[in-house]
Amino acid sequence: MSLYAVQKLIYQLNRDSRVREQLAHDFDGLLAQYELTEEERIAIRDPDIGLLYVMGVNGQLLMHYAALRGFEWDAYIEAMREGERRHGPVRTGLYTSAGSRS
Amino acid sequence: MSLVFAGVCSHAPGIVGRKDRADPVLRDGLYAAYDRMRLAMEAARPDALVVIAAEHFANFFMNNMPAICMGMGEHYEGPIEDEAWLGIKRTRVPGDPQLSRALIEEVMTDIDLAYAQEWKFDHGISVPLHFLTPRYDLPIVPVNINCQGPPLIPLKRCYEFGRALRRACAAHPKRIAVVGTGGISHWPATPDSGRINEAWDREFLDKFIGNRRTELLAYKDEQTWREAGQGGFEIRTFIAVAGAAEGYTGEVWFYAPIPIFAVGCTIAVMNLGQEVRHEDGQGGEPAR
Repeated sequence: MSLYAVQKLIYQLNRDSRVREQLAHDFDGLLAQYELTEEERIAIRDPDIGLLYVMGVNGQLLMHYAALRGFEWDAYIEAMREGERRHGPVRTGLYTSAGSRS
Repeated sequence: MSLVFAGVCSHAPGIVGRKDRADPVLRDGLYAAYDRMRLAMEAARPDALVVIAAEHFANFFMNNMPAICMGMGEHYEGPIEDEAWLGIKRTRVPGDPQLSRALIEEVMTDIDLAYAQEWKFDHGISVPLHFLTPRYDLPIVPVNINCQGPPLIPLKRCYEFGRALRRACAAHPKRIAVVGTGGISHWPATPDSGRINEAWDREFLDKFIGNRRTELLAYKDEQTWREAGQGGFEIRTFIAVAGAAEGYTGEVWFYAPIPIFAVGCTIAVMNLGQEVRHEDGQGGEPAR
């Protein structure tokens, strides 16, 4: 259920400028509105794009969160690769190793 | 009136957002093919364009995910993406709620679907419109087929949706174009972005332009996932167009893998033939 909350936060950030404003001015207050684990909270806040990818966040959400947090295209792709090196294979969702990496 | 144009095209955000990083020969060839598609669609004199897209969480989330949704708004806004990132300025696009409602009601006699009077476009619709209706002066009826968050609608239901849409178009006095947008094989937004299974794409496109229903509907998601990536689930939009153009075949006007665009870039158009005009001037189904 927690991955759902991570993705919902990113979904709302991507489509609502008011949520983005809250990220800029009251990040902790924003995060407190979602049921997140400590690992998830840190990954979103840092941000650790690679860990978010490994957690299973859908790329159509994560791609835009990475851009919002200032990742250029190549840096975003590299962050996902680095995430796999540091945190292991994708844990759940569409990108688990049996699918996209076979 | 009826369906007067049917085709498919790619919608990848890199097509505009990363245009300066592509092989210029391939990019210019793709852009020329989009323009050819625009001219062909304009020559069909549509009153509205139905865009069958694979939305990417611009409007719909796993709290309430429709298998298929049609827009019924007065207008739409997009893209939701950062304008500089996507290379497309945010704008308002006209809708046609009366037409939407008529189409939805007719489609609903065969297919259950959701509707939405509020809808924000993402690259899945904004990239095609950037090329096909650059003045944003043609009313749009957006359609979303969930290709992102499983469980996904079976392919045969996508084909049936296309057939129902064709029938709904035939029952309405306006001239309607349909464009499906999606990738074929691709692994977008992953470390494998840029990987493209060209042989898989070409085989699929051959079945698509041949409108070989049985072969199109024989694809299985698990195999598509392994061979064509999670982006391959977007074949649903192409299959819906095949259903809308049932009985007709088409042509691929452009296909080339362009890795920095993360997809095998595609423009294909179904040949609906000469329109049959009735004495009342209302026109009819395209000639068979």
